[in-house]
Parts: sequence; structure tokens; C-alpha cells
Amino acid sequence: MLEAILLTIITAATPLVIAALGELVTERAGVLNLGVEGMMIMGAVCAFACSYLTGVPLLGVLAGIAGGAIFSLLFGFLTLTLVTNQVATGLALTILGLGLSGQIGESFVGIPGVKLQPIIIPFLSELPFVGRLLFAQDITFYLSIALVVCVGWFLFKSRTGLKMRAIGDNHGSAHALGINVIRTRYLAVMFGGACAGLAGAQLSLVYTPQWVENMAAGRGWIALALVVFASWRPWRVLAGGYIFGAVGILQLHAQAFGIGVPSQFLSMLPYAVTIVVLIVISHNRRTTLINTPACLGKPFVPDR
Amino acid sequence: MTDAQGPQAGSLLSVEGLTKLFGSFAACNAIDLSVAPGEIHALLGENGAGKSTLVKMLFGVLQPSAGEIVWMGKPVTVTSPGEARRLGIGMVFQHFSLFEALTVAENIALSLDPKIPLAKIADEAATLSRAYGLPLDPNSHVADLSVGERQRIEIVRALLQNPKLIILDEPTSVLTPQEADKLFETLFKLKAEGRSVLYISHRLEEVQRICDRATVLRHGKVTGACDPRTETPASLARMMVGSDVASVEREAEPSLGEVLVDVKALSVAARTPFAVPLSNLDLQVRAGEVLAIAGVAGNGQGELFDAISGEYPVTDDQSIRLRGRPVGRMGINGRRLLGAGFVPEERHGHAAVSDMSLSDNLLLSRNQSDRKAFLTGGMSGVIRHGVIRQATQRICAAMDVRKSGEDPAAGSLSGGNLQKFIIGRELDRQPSVLVVNQPTWGVDAGAARRIRQALIDLARAGSAVIVISQDLDEIFEVATNIAVISEGRLSRPYPAGELSLEKIGLLMGGVHDSSSHAEGAHAH
Repeated sequence: MLEAILLTIITAATPLVIAALGELVTERAGVLNLGVEGMMIMGAVCAFACSYLTGVPLLGVLAGIAGGAIFSLLFGFLTLTLVTNQVATGLALTILGLGLSGQIGESFVGIPGVKLQPIIIPFLSELPFVGRLLFAQDITFYLSIALVVCVGWFLFKSRTGLKMRAIGDNHGSAHALGINVIRTRYLAVMFGGACAGLAGAQLSLVYTPQWVENMAAGRGWIALALVVFASWRPWRVLAGGYIFGAVGILQLHAQAFGIGVPSQFLSMLPYAVTIVVLIVISHNRRTTLINTPACLGKPFVPDR
Repeated sequence: MTDAQGPQAGSLLSVEGLTKLFGSFAACNAIDLSVAPGEIHALLGENGAGKSTLVKMLFGVLQPSAGEIVWMGKPVTVTSPGEARRLGIGMVFQHFSLFEALTVAENIALSLDPKIPLAKIADEAATLSRAYGLPLDPNSHVADLSVGERQRIEIVRALLQNPKLIILDEPTSVLTPQEADKLFETLFKLKAEGRSVLYISHRLEEVQRICDRATVLRHGKVTGACDPRTETPASLARMMVGSDVASVEREAEPSLGEVLVDVKALSVAARTPFAVPLSNLDLQVRAGEVLAIAGVAGNGQGELFDAISGEYPVTDDQSIRLRGRPVGRMGINGRRLLGAGFVPEERHGHAAVSDMSLSDNLLLSRNQSDRKAFLTGGMSGVIRHGVIRQATQRICAAMDVRKSGEDPAAGSLSGGNLQKFIIGRELDRQPSVLVVNQPTWGVDAGAARRIRQALIDLARAGSAVIVISQDLDEIFEVATNIAVISEGRLSRPYPAGELSLEKIGLLMGGVHDSSSHAEGAHAH
């Protein structure tokens, strides 16, 4: 029973962690992309379509990543090259993604999909309890953990990551230092799109292997909240992703057991907790400065 | 170096006919300049003279429209700051290009070869900063550091690249006098090592003190090159401003009227850990009087301004009276309605919203005090744009505010012109009480003269004026009476004529004229 619940929590948390990590990198570079939900659903439909048409779910994963990244490029072009308002463009991207994916996926509705098969790691998967939980998962789970490690190393140990954080903190100074702000931001936006796409692929290939319109069901928004909850730190995204995932799953179980917590209250929790985190971060100037990318959402036009 | 030709032979950097056009406006117009190895070279000029534009071209931040930069005898094109650093040019910006969320070492690492490990950079930075007398902890976050410490990071960052030329843009404008003295020692050390310094400033006394040569800019053109040590401040100022800076006109013995500002036993606890508490402050200002409050920065000037202006009302309503009315608990708009005007210290973000137009800024500060004139439609408060635009033009004309276009954004004005506008915005109401904090901070000589004259004229017309300033020249120029603030306590006022520089220095150092102050405090 416990194992079953934990397994569902892992499956629920994985797309949140992946999408939030992508958005974390985007926001660390100073770009606020509210289109996560839209990129995720585009990833989901591309992944489903590709795996259904080719019969190879791994190709579907790649298609999801590519779909999210290409879709985010539209956001990048609008906000970075044409310098449109990031908030409005991000919202538009979500709306466009929901509509476009519905259009693309129309013929796939109701068709059973191909489930991404787990990769069972020899020996480790035979460990009691944790073996089944952690070492007999599909590739998206392994990727989510690897991404946390890699993004954490990249942002805080590598020089390129330092440059990215510098851009997010003060793009004018970064430009003056000769860092290519626009190019770095394009890459960060595309990484965010690729991650959202991968998260979407997990939804349509692992979580519920089929195509349902609007199947991201607000997970993109939870991922956005998760980035703030984690105060822009990758390891906290992992922890937060599992807390938010668990809340979602427990909500279902609570209903099944007839525990008298209104489901609305539980589905509200991630956002409420995020607000609490925001209050804690912004209670003084120092924690705000050190924790939040100061240039988040601000347009950048080089003065030349 | 030998292949250099002409009179600039042997110079480290020479610039010929350098021009930068923004549209049809020439920010720099055919500038010639040469810097010799091992000299401290001043670039003098008023705000908006083109100094910053010139050095941005030297550092590769801006590309010149015409002209040539010759570095160590070879013509070069500086395409980027990275290229400038490779050539051996380091720069310390006026507005620091630091990243507050990052540590000192990370900030420095950003401009160095990415192959050098962070730990090594931290070590080198610590060593170097000690060697040049600029102590720094490489692992502290920039957000936690003072302005002076932040400047040290910039200097250490520039030094780590072992530059032959270091450009400093208005470095002392953010420093205390003591910090400035430390900086000068560092500059002399650099000079002794054979490095050159291009020192941008509009502070004549500094330039005379530390620079070997000076190039003076005005309206984007070179108006003079000289040895500042053989010039007088007046002759340097003449090159900067173009005409002699006339001293302000004033009456010898102004006739004083009734008391308009009466502060009695004002005490304010510190609001933040960095604030200075005010203790038992007394001051009176009469109609026709300019009371100047002198003092070293950070001795309670900002807190005093906050209390008198009502930006942070105080608990005792009676401790501050304006025109006889107790106002201690009244907010800033209530006090404005009583006929007072206030000009805070920071132009950007406090006195004005940089991104908003001048007319919007006018409306923001006066929408309550001039409600009848600026708003219509009763409760709904519809903005009367025509009236406000007219008032904006009237203020700009009265204070000679130079701007581009009819109603530009406040941030597009140079510091001096914006300050003239902000002061003019208050003067336009003909306030019976005006309180100004640092009226001419970072303002060029011409604008400063205009502002000081306006303050004196206001007092002459029968208003009470309080000027809080760190600039002693300014204080002696405008003040009828002078009081000195030190550690949150105010000396008794002295008639300006009776106070020597020596005496004022003692008062600023905290040596209070205790007998008279104590009497005043216990009198009621």
C-alpha cells in the first residue's frame, strides 16, 4: 500500500520537478516565462503523436523535448528580439499552446497510447523497498534526478552558470562586462521549453499514456509556483516537487478514505505555501536581493 | 611605440577627433586627448559635458561615430569591454556594474579568464586588496556591502587584470571624505607603479590635489588642457562652465520676520539598525532666514529631513510647528497644505520617478497640495493635463531646465537639470517654508549657482528656508545662520558671519558648544 502510494507520488512529482527546473534556469537568466503550461501541453501532444506514429515511445520523449523547445523559441523571439512584455507573452503562449495542442491532438483523442517502459537497473532494483521505487523507473524519472544535479552544478559551480546568474541579477552590468545577454537568454528560454516539453512527454507517455485535451491540468502553474517556493534553488525544487506531488496524491487518497478535508483546500495548498515562502523571502531587502533574480521579467535593450 | 607620429608620440593613449552622435546630437564632438604613462589625467566637465560618453567609447561600451583611438602607438578599434581589458584598459563605473546577489569573488570572476578557479580568484583578490589598502572579504555578498566597499570591488577587479590605464568615473561622488582620502592613496600607489589613471570628476579641488594634467570638456568639446596645479579653481571653473561662475547675490543683513518653523525637543528613535536616532533637537527658522545644517554624512541629516517633512511623522505633535501649527503627527501632504515645500536628497526614485515625464512628476508631488489647480471633477479627481503642462513649462523656464523635447522623462535629464526642475517644482508654489536636503549634490557648477540663488531669493521674499548640506562652500554661500548636526544632535545656530571653518570643523567632529545647547534644551 505504502509502496503504491509512494510510486504514484514519484510519478506525480517527476513532471513538476522537470518543468520547474527548466523554468528555474529561465528565471535565473532573468526571463519570466508564464507559458510553462502551454509548452508542457505542446510537449505532451508532440510526444504522444510521435510515439503513436512511430511506435517508439523513446522517440516520443525526444519529440516532446523538441516540441517544447521549439514552442518556447516563439516566446524567446517575441520577448527577447521584439522586446514584448514577458508576462503578457507568457500568458498568450499558454493560451496558444492549449488551443494548438487541442487542434493537433484532435485525431488522437480516445486512442490508447504506448507506455514508456521502465528501465530496470540490475542489482540496485533488487534492493528491498527502495529498489522498486527508485531503480525500476522510466527514463523521465532518472532524467529528473540527473537534471537536478546538473542544473545545481551548472548554476553554482560552472562559470557559464555564474554568467547566467549575473545576467538575471543585473543585465545592464552583464552586458557591460561583455556577456551576450540576449543569446544566453535565448538558450535559457529554450532549456526551459525543452524541460517543459519533457514534463509533458512524461504526462502523455507515463502518467496517463493517452492524449486528453488540456491534460497538463494546471501542472505548469504549479511548476511556476514551485520555482518561487524553491527560492530559485534546484535542490529545493526537488524537495518542493515531491511535497507538491504528495499533496496532489494524498488529496485523491483522502477523498477515497472519506477524510473530511475539502479537496479545494488541498489543491490550494501549493499556492498558499508559495505565498508564505514569498513573504519570508521578501521580509527584508537582503534576502530579497540574494534570493530573487533582480532582473526577472525586465526587458533588456542593449544601448548601442 | 616608436611608430607613433605627431605630438602624441610616447603617450599611452591618444584620441583624435573622437565623435559620438546620438541622432543629430553630438555627445562628443571631435575630442582630442592624450594620456602619458604614469600620469593621473583629469577629465573635467559639467554634468552632460560628454565625459561619460567619451570613456564609454574608450572602454568599448559605445562605438565612436568618427575619430581614432591610438593605444601604445597603434590605432585600435575597441569593440567590446572585453577587448578593452585585453588591451590593458580597466574601468570603474560611476554607477557600479556589480551583481548584488553574487559574492565579491564571483563578481570579480565574471570579468576574468573562465579557466581560473574561483578559489584562486578569491585568494588573489584578498591579497591584492590588502596590498592597495582596500580591505575586502571575497566571500561576502555584495548586497551586504557599503558603497565604499563596492567601489573597492570594482577597483580590485580592474587591478586583477593588471591594466596599464584605469578609468575612474566620478569615483568620489559616492564616498565619504575619509574614503576618498583612502582612494587617493591607492591612486598614488598606482601612479608610482607606472600605471596611468584617467580621472573623471567635476570636483575642482580634488582634481587640483591629485591630477598631473587635465582635459576640460564642455558641450561635448574640449575647451582646455592644462596642468590643474597651476590653475585656480576659478580658471578651471571658467573652462568647465564657459563663463565666470558668478557668485550668488545676497543682502548683507536680511530682515527677519516671525518664526515659521519651530522644532522643540525633537527626539526620534532609530527606525532601522542603520539609522541615527535624533535626540532633543531644537531649531527655529524665521521668515527671511536661511538656516543651513552642516554635518558629516550619516549624522542624522536624513532622519531630520524625514521628521520635518513628515515623511515619517513623529509621536509628539507639539515637537514640530509650522507657521504656529503643531504638525508632528501630520503627514507630508498636510504639511504641504500649510505652505511648506520639501526636496529630499535622492533625485532618482525619491524626488522623481525616472521613467515618468516631468509633468507626471509634477502632478505626483503636488496633486494634494494643488488639488484645485491640477485636478477637476470633484471627488473623481480628473487630471487637468493642460494646466499641468503649462506649469511644467513655467517651472522649466523659471529654473532654466535644459531638456530634449516638450515633456521628457525625468530620467533623461542630466543630474543638474533634473535637480533644478525638482527645486523649481517646489518654488513654483512659493512655499512659506522650504526644507531641502543636499540641494546641489552631484550637480554642475552652473546649476548649483542657479539653485543656491533661488534659495536665497525665496528667503528674501519672506520664506523660511532650511538647507541640509555637506558642502561647506554652499553653506557659507547661502546661510543666514548655521547649525551643525552630529550624532543626531544639533548645535545652537550661529550667525554665518561668526562661524569660522575651524569652529565648524570642531562642531562637526562632535565637540558641542555645550553650555548654550544645554540651556536651550532645559529652557522649557
